[in-house]
Amino acid sequence: MTVSADTTPQDLGPAPDRVGFRPPAWTITAASVFAFFALWEWFGRDVNPVFGSYPSAIFDAFVVLIKSGKLLNGLIDSLKPFLVGYGLAVIFGVPLGLVIGRFAFLEAALGVYVTAGFAMPLVALVPLLILWLGLGFMVKVAIIFLMAVFPITINAWLGVRAVPKTLIEVGLSFVASPATILRRIVLPATLPYIMAGLRLAVGRAVVAMIVAEFFTSIGGLGGIIINSANNFDTATMFVPVIVIVLLAIGLNWLIGYFERRVAPWQAEIAGRNE
Amino acid sequence: MGIVSLAGVSKRFTIRVAGVPQTVHALQDLSFDVADGEMVALIGPSGCGKTTALRIVMGLERASAGRILVDGEVVNGCGHNRGIVFQHAELLPWLTAYENVAFGLEQKGVRGGELRDTAMRYLELVGLAESASRRPYQLSGGMQQRVGIARALAIDPSVLLMDEPFGALDAQTRETMQAELIEIQARTRKTVLFVTHDLDEAVLLADRVVIMQKGRISQIMSTHLPRPRLDMEAMRSLPQFAESRHRLWQALHSRAAVAA
Ligand SMILES: Nc1ncnc2c1ncn2[C@@H]1O[C@H](COP(=O)(O)OP(=O)(O)OP(=O)(O)O)[C@@H](O)[C@H]1O
Ligand SMILES: [Mg+2]
Repeated sequence: MTVSADTTPQDLGPAPDRVGFRPPAWTITAASVFAFFALWEWFGRDVNPVFGSYPSAIFDAFVVLIKSGKLLNGLIDSLKPFLVGYGLAVIFGVPLGLVIGRFAFLEAALGVYVTAGFAMPLVALVPLLILWLGLGFMVKVAIIFLMAVFPITINAWLGVRAVPKTLIEVGLSFVASPATILRRIVLPATLPYIMAGLRLAVGRAVVAMIVAEFFTSIGGLGGIIINSANNFDTATMFVPVIVIVLLAIGLNWLIGYFERRVAPWQAEIAGRNE
Repeated sequence: MGIVSLAGVSKRFTIRVAGVPQTVHALQDLSFDVADGEMVALIGPSGCGKTTALRIVMGLERASAGRILVDGEVVNGCGHNRGIVFQHAELLPWLTAYENVAFGLEQKGVRGGELRDTAMRYLELVGLAESASRRPYQLSGGMQQRVGIARALAIDPSVLLMDEPFGALDAQTRETMQAELIEIQARTRKTVLFVTHDLDEAVLLADRVVIMQKGRISQIMSTHLPRPRLDMEAMRSLPQFAESRHRLWQALHSRAAVAA
């Protein structure tokens, strides 16, 4: 909220922490990205095209991939197991983290598996998962789920432990049931942690998606990467890499948007004016 | 009904200071009764155990020794028959003022139109009807405290426990709220146990004042103002007011001398 009624233009000097010109954050980001691509283009042209590439060549490869329909098909092939695996991880991980954090018995009984699962080198388990689930859709979902579920669970769990006791006591004072305390006090108080977990999990799930495509039936965006690398077509290889990066950024933005929608009070508490 | 009885209540906390366990004796052998419809003030220096005593009566804290009865039943957790106003409001930050008041009512099973009407009525009572849809971070400290008061009053408990309920308010609002409390109490005959640092408030509101010192009761003093006390200005001009206030001041003063 801005208060403007009692301020007059002439007495509004720069606030002490804003000395000089301050452009909006997004222009700085845009300039930085532009400079990055310009430098890459400049130096990338001198590199052997097998060992590296540069933006304009990658763009040309992008156009070719789009026209052939390969990129869109690859994206859809990748997104399907991604969304299912990630979605299951959210549906399963958030409640699990909440109850582990809330009930000491469950924490003692299950906490160790969550901690172990988070540290587990998942790639080592992929061959085993393939033995169990084959090379199709299910194994990709399983790999993505396993990579995403642990950071989500751990964050929800840690979030519950950080909920101020005084807020729980409000529930107790009014004789709220344990379920009500969990849903109406613990869950909203934990939301910032849950959201941080969802963001971490996006990064890990994207890696899992590509790993799954490398190890199982070659397909999706990972398949394009493998195939073009095998053909020493480095420019084409970069296209899905960049698409994946953009995908992750977009998903993170979406989570942030969702967070501001469901938890508008969070920005107030943190003192951010958004 | 709302009879509160504390018998030999003690509370020890074990805390770690720089890794060394220490025992804090927050309450030691506290015994007093609050009669049905009586208003009792707890007064005493910071850290003497007032909040702890209130929390134990509420059922948020378990006594290390002794017994607490409310209407003849041993206190074992919280109940709808008691309502508490916390020292620091403790509103749920994601709920609006209205929703915070409604939260307490919902836990009591109030629904629908009755829920809306009751919550709004108590927000109006504390003068915050216009701020009903603001969240706690958009309210001042005193306004937050008043939402906390509305939340506790709304569930209509027979025992009202208030921890420095008016401490954060300006003098004007404080007197309005004191008058409201007197009026509500006269109408509903609630039992009220409240903490205050304000001598005037203790004398004006309470029938008896429990003076505490280092976790013990140092004195229990009756005020002799007539009830009902709806006209606060008249109360203040009574000789009993000045006399009670002076006795209380002396009691606290002698206690301070002992403590020093
Ligand atoms: N949860 C706790 N853990 C450890 N010590 C505690 C705890 N709660 C209270 N105490 C200690 O118990 C004593 C009494 O605290 P209490 O909060 O009841 O004081 P108070 O009379 O309400 O003080 P104030 O007027 O400042 O609010 C203090 O010494 C405090 O440090
Ligand atoms: Mg206190």
